[in-house]
Amino acid sequence: MKKTKQLLVCLVLMSLGLGSAHADYKLNLMQGVTQLSHELYGLHMLVLWICVFIGIAVFGTMFYSIYHHRKSKGHVAEQFHENTTVEIIWTIIPTLILVGMAVPATKAVIDLDKVQDTEMTIKVTGKQWYWDYEYLDNGVHFESHLDEASEKTHRISTADPRTVANYLLEVDRPLVVPVKKKIRLLFTAADVIHSWWVPDLGWKKDANPGFVNEAWTSVDKPGIYRGQCTELCGRDHGFMPIVVIAMEQAQYDAWVKATLDKQNQPPDLSDEPRAVLMSKGASVYLKNCVACHQIDGKGISGWYPALSGSVKVTGNMDQLIGFIQAGTSKMPAFRKLPDNELAELITYLRNAPELGNNVGDEIQPNAITPKYDDDE
Amino acid sequence: MSAVVAEHDHHDHEHEHHGPEKGILRWIITTNHKDIGTLYLLFALVMFFVGGTMALVIRAELFEPGLQFVDPNFFNSMTTMHALVMVFGAVMPAFVGLANWQIPMMIGAPDMALPRMNNMSFWMLVAGVLLIASTLFMEGGAPAAGWTFYPPLVMQTGKAFPFAIFAVHLLGVSSIMGAINIIATIFNMRAPGMTLMKMPLFVWTWLITAFLLIAIMPVFAGAVTMLLTDRFFNTSFFNAAGGGDPVLYQHIFWFFGHPEVYVMILPTFGVASTIIPVFARKPLFGYSSMVYATAAIAFLSFIVWAHHMYSVGLPIAGELYFMYATMLIAIPTGVKVFNWTATMWKGSMTFETPMLFSIAFVVLFTMGGFTGLMMSVAPVDFQYHDTYFIVAHFHYTLVPASIFILMAAGYFWLPKWTGHMYNERIGKLHFWLSVVSVNILFFPQHFLGLAGMPRRIPDYAVQFADWNMVSSIGAFMYGFSQLLFVYIVIDTIKGGTGEKVTDEVWEDASKHGLEWTLPSPPPYHTFTTPPEIIPTEHVG
Repeated sequence: MKKTKQLLVCLVLMSLGLGSAHADYKLNLMQGVTQLSHELYGLHMLVLWICVFIGIAVFGTMFYSIYHHRKSKGHVAEQFHENTTVEIIWTIIPTLILVGMAVPATKAVIDLDKVQDTEMTIKVTGKQWYWDYEYLDNGVHFESHLDEASEKTHRISTADPRTVANYLLEVDRPLVVPVKKKIRLLFTAADVIHSWWVPDLGWKKDANPGFVNEAWTSVDKPGIYRGQCTELCGRDHGFMPIVVIAMEQAQYDAWVKATLDKQNQPPDLSDEPRAVLMSKGASVYLKNCVACHQIDGKGISGWYPALSGSVKVTGNMDQLIGFIQAGTSKMPAFRKLPDNELAELITYLRNAPELGNNVGDEIQPNAITPKYDDDE
Repeated sequence: MSAVVAEHDHHDHEHEHHGPEKGILRWIITTNHKDIGTLYLLFALVMFFVGGTMALVIRAELFEPGLQFVDPNFFNSMTTMHALVMVFGAVMPAFVGLANWQIPMMIGAPDMALPRMNNMSFWMLVAGVLLIASTLFMEGGAPAAGWTFYPPLVMQTGKAFPFAIFAVHLLGVSSIMGAINIIATIFNMRAPGMTLMKMPLFVWTWLITAFLLIAIMPVFAGAVTMLLTDRFFNTSFFNAAGGGDPVLYQHIFWFFGHPEVYVMILPTFGVASTIIPVFARKPLFGYSSMVYATAAIAFLSFIVWAHHMYSVGLPIAGELYFMYATMLIAIPTGVKVFNWTATMWKGSMTFETPMLFSIAFVVLFTMGGFTGLMMSVAPVDFQYHDTYFIVAHFHYTLVPASIFILMAAGYFWLPKWTGHMYNERIGKLHFWLSVVSVNILFFPQHFLGLAGMPRRIPDYAVQFADWNMVSSIGAFMYGFSQLLFVYIVIDTIKGGTGEKVTDEVWEDASKHGLEWTLPSPPPYHTFTTPPEIIPTEHVG
């Protein structure tokens, strides 16, 4: 009984923690870094306090009654069972409270919807299981995958997530935005429904395949803000985080220039030593292949074929190149891979001990010729 | 309750051929409402542990960050199957079981109106649940797209896909037949003098629930059939590439889904309104307002579905409409909570196990209602949606609400059904373990959701580790303490404390309902001649 009471006290303290206005990040909603997130935080606290107040009144009455109106204290039951006046009172008072809540809530809905007069636009495409960002104003376009450290750690059951910085909340290429600029974000998806959520921005929005949603934000201060996909999108739903870096305009401009320079550079197709091919190939594999074919290359029975010992992988190299570029009805076409990455990947696939393959050959980037032709 | 009986019928006319069949055949071919009620209740109890085991797989995987036990796809199958089993295999059948046992006894009827269909709807339920459970062993695994079956993701289900959909059809047909039976019974078989506004609230809530079921189950069946034709017959209802819209599915699903969650909560209200007056030794406060509030909640449930979809890209007018409509639900729900409180006020309360569970229900369900009110505010739901905050919300409205009340109903009526008294000390132990552990289990999930943890993920960032561990500990405590209930059920059936219970079982219970005027246990056939209903002074 004493233990029970201690636990109850704990629970009460926990619930008080939730209600405190200066609550810890771990207990309460974050205030965030946008005008919208502040407005929603205020609304959240308003409704929370209303609930706390009603809760105290109702539960207080109930527990007073439970304590005083008990048979063991000799209380005799009264037999009243109806009172139209109080029924009307406790219908009207909640109605008034709701109207009080609806006014600021309506304003917030309208604010969330103000997607006009934006200064730049970023198109966000959700894919199984990463995000694709396209800056419609300047042509910057890249994919954002879970970073390698998290990717390896969650796929190896003996690894300790606590040793990984920002475990599952880090990406290889974050979304970079300037501060204090009204940005329109467009959302769509390539396969299934995803949902893009960075709590510090104050909202989430679904990315529906075949349709475009929009939302806006304007980040108040520079910083790194993290979020995750929030619509169940299959096996690796938990492993497609979002990282947004907000920086001053000058820094952002420099970032755009550097990114565009790199993006417009043709891939370096010079020969690489075998060890480099293998190590870079492992990165390409982690980013593009591991979600289905798994870290040990064994695939998943009934879903994804194994690469270990697969004739498609270890057999004719030209056919393998064509296969990867063309894709199948289940596997996406990887024409997006430049020749150097494709050479690294193929060398890795055929020779990686962790995949259980050892053909003993290699291919250099300039040896790759298109094996799959578009009809263009 | 609102009526008492002068005297119950005599049983000396019950000849042997009215008794049950012997052996296992009794249970297979039975058309007796008490037998079918027992089947439903035992089946639900078994499924409660099956679904609970799935929940413990989930909580074990989430005990620590990292993937320790299961593959992410199997994890998704577990969340999906846990929901399906708990909703369609445990909570709904348990309430149908209570309805079977209690409605005829509460309205003075000899049996359900359609006894053969009653038998059929039970065995179709078993077939449906076994079929959906069998998908766990199919190539590609059980459905893993969530119990909501959202396309396009659900199209990636393996061989299980058509089986899961056929199982949904079976469950739907079973529910509809059960609902028709309940409506037919209540409208046609009430004893003379048992007017609608004298019916016990449990009967009222089930009447309204049955109408909800008939309205929504065909909608769900239609939605999953459209999925089926999309996959196998080249239609494009939900495929944008063919001119369809995946969001259309969500509208159809939640038009079913929102009333569906009220199917699980309205009978809960009914049982609570039955138990609290007995142990407060007072008539239920505001009987007619309770009836109207239940009907209002049922009506509102049909016009608020898109509050599950605020972030899906609704037009601003839609956001505002669904927000206002959803907020309105707080009013009739509040009336109910105030009425229960007023029923306790100035009563003469005792705290047997059914009352303890009922009081915990009122408090903890209200907390689930508070978070529901918070989520009704559309703009803030842009933060709450699809996080652990909503997981906490709907588990508060289902576990310490529906499940607690089902436990309360078990303790409340088991002595009547078996004629034996359960062990009060173990019952109280069960209650205290449950009420403490259920809060350790679900309360921290509010913090997790607000701090930014999405739902339906098998692994999480390290900052969420502490509260996940607390929640998992609570889950195992809660899960294992439910074994006490199994012990009590078996023990009570076998004889319980050995104390012979009276017809009333609880002090002055016969003021509150017809079933307490029958012997404990009631004979196989009851009220073969209708009882005489005498209106009491409580009737409004």
